[in-house]
Amino acid sequence: MSHDITHDEMSHGHDHDHKPKGFVKRWLMTTNHKDIGTLYLIFAFAMFILGGAMAMIIRLELFQPGLQFVEPDFFNQMTTMHALIMVFGAVMPAFVGLANWMIPMMIGAPDMALPRMNNWSFWILPFAFTLLASTLFMEGGAPAGGWTMYPPLVLQGGHNVAYLVFAVHLMGISSIMGAINVIATIMNMRAPNVGYLNMPLFVWTWLITAFLLIAVMPVLAGAVTMLLTDRYFDTSFFSAAGGGDPVLFQHIFWFFGHPEVYIMILPAFGVVSEIIPTFARKPLFGYVSMVYATAGIAFLSFIVWAHHMFSVGMPLGGELYFMYATMMIAVPTGVKIFNWVATMWKGSMTFETPMLFSLAFVILFTIGGFSGVMMALAPVDLQYHDTYFIVAHFHYVLVTGAVFAIIAGAYYWLPKWSGHMYNERLGKIHFWWSTISVNVLFFPQHFLGLAGMPRRIPDYSTQFAEFNMWSSIGGFAFGLAQVFFIFIVWKTVRGGEKATAQVWEGAKGLEWTVPSPAPHHTFEEFGPVDLDKMAHGKTH
Amino acid sequence: MQRDKENKKVLKLGLTIAVLMVGFGFALVPLYDVICDITGLNGKTGVLAQQDVKEQADNRTVVVQFDGTVNSDLPWSFKPKQFSMEVIPGKLYSAEYIAKNIAGYDVTGQAVPSVAPNQASIYFSKTECFCFTEQLLTPGEEKNMPVTFIVSSDLPRDIKVLTLSYTFFNKNHMTSEQQAEGREIHEKI
Repeated sequence: MSHDITHDEMSHGHDHDHKPKGFVKRWLMTTNHKDIGTLYLIFAFAMFILGGAMAMIIRLELFQPGLQFVEPDFFNQMTTMHALIMVFGAVMPAFVGLANWMIPMMIGAPDMALPRMNNWSFWILPFAFTLLASTLFMEGGAPAGGWTMYPPLVLQGGHNVAYLVFAVHLMGISSIMGAINVIATIMNMRAPNVGYLNMPLFVWTWLITAFLLIAVMPVLAGAVTMLLTDRYFDTSFFSAAGGGDPVLFQHIFWFFGHPEVYIMILPAFGVVSEIIPTFARKPLFGYVSMVYATAGIAFLSFIVWAHHMFSVGMPLGGELYFMYATMMIAVPTGVKIFNWVATMWKGSMTFETPMLFSLAFVILFTIGGFSGVMMALAPVDLQYHDTYFIVAHFHYVLVTGAVFAIIAGAYYWLPKWSGHMYNERLGKIHFWWSTISVNVLFFPQHFLGLAGMPRRIPDYSTQFAEFNMWSSIGGFAFGLAQVFFIFIVWKTVRGGEKATAQVWEGAKGLEWTVPSPAPHHTFEEFGPVDLDKMAHGKTH
Repeated sequence: MQRDKENKKVLKLGLTIAVLMVGFGFALVPLYDVICDITGLNGKTGVLAQQDVKEQADNRTVVVQFDGTVNSDLPWSFKPKQFSMEVIPGKLYSAEYIAKNIAGYDVTGQAVPSVAPNQASIYFSKTECFCFTEQLLTPGEEKNMPVTFIVSSDLPRDIKVLTLSYTFFNKNHMTSEQQAEGREIHEKI
């Protein structure tokens, strides 16, 4: 890894690291939160590229009406695998990577609370995704019934279902261990004078996310286990012939699935809440309300799941309840949006790349939030359900939401990780390239959906041709922009302007008190930290 | 060290929550059935023993329609003998379906009923039904399938038409050749 070469070169002066030598000892057997964070981030990026390549195949096939490049069944494998890989392989591990790197340094802890378990939670992931990806080469191919794994369809695709189920089990085990580690770290490892309401918002959002993870990942594990026994051991959880009900699966799945979407966005809220105050040079507006809003969103996420299922049939009372409960989520989310805007109000803002991505996050995530409120309306959801409108919605919240926040965080903390400033000009090019192309990619899909184009279908009626072509062009451009991002990161890790400990003029937080690159071990001695250095160290 | 002890505590607590939540996921299965029974969701109908039928006959009639389909895995033909019946709520009625095995081997089927609209399903009870047990048909065998039912006189007045629908599923373990054969038979019908 070029990473540890630079580490060694750079850190001789100030850092008595005693890093283990050799690949196996350094990376395979590591218990260091920074190394594990790096591993998570590299893994997430690799999965992002793999899932992205599948998205390119999807957009290539949809470039024109008719079947040109792939068989319909392979197309369905692509949509299914793209989603599974992006959700479980890219977005979630990327946030865990950020958590590993940043949480201990943000609260003055020497490492994660359970370092050996930390190693295990990472190294399970490559095995999980090898299992999952291997189905692509099996007879009958990969799972093609959609990432939601609805029975009976998912059970009709050959033996890939066993691989799918075990891969999900492994991912679940990994996430649960990671989450427990985050909770233990935050609860027990804070420097003695850091109270809960002194913690940076990124730490807060991750604490709440971790609770969501240990509450819902086991439910998913249970649901896929039922799929497995239905397929191989003659149970009838979801088989109508034996007295089961396929709709039951949808209830269990979405009891997991809805909190899952907040698992993917709450840490993004945290990242953006770190970046905006830095570049607005003002403390975060409404810090405590941010904490409560996050907790409120997390609570509501457990009681709204059936809004994913309006069209499967539900009593009127159920539809009304799930509709109103869902719309209520707009309230705490609105609190957050307004707090970010208020943080920028009359701030002396500068627009470095992390700030640009964060601003794009605020605007574009809000668009995704609005289309979410539209779909929360049960009567109109019947029109939007399973069309490209929902595809546009969740890509706005996940790509311009979660992924943009991850990219913003990567630019923001990359100097701290690598010891080098990234090239600002290249960063800005990456930003504008990504932001323009991602809108060309997903905005037309709103109209396609409203006009009735169904999702997960490799062909479409000719009136959708033009918007699909635009969408595909945007897709290819966005994909290429992320390859460019790899180049920027690679270039920064290899060399570049040396970063100071402070890195950003307006940044506050304990992570900016340690040198750049951050030494292998930080805050080794348990003791009070300088609360003045923390953004909210003195407020509560 | 104090913190190590605390960390182990959190680890145990977290694992306990995770295990309990797996249990919760499975607990949703019976919970779902209970909720469906109470609300009549998914058209699950009631079952009534013959001697418990003591409802007062009503002074109105409602129409009960019959519908029968077979799942694509089942090489049978299956249809109701009568399209619809006029019934008086509170009185017992019988209807018949007819099923035939078209395949060249024994097939066991299981019928799953549902009633539409959903709101009516809790007022629809069966005292006898071919769907209570699995049905075995030998090659070419044709069989009448009776059902005895009662529509409760508590049925809301605004519901005037009910549909009783059965889907017959295959309970055999089928080889893929048999599945393919079943599909061919269906295409011919």
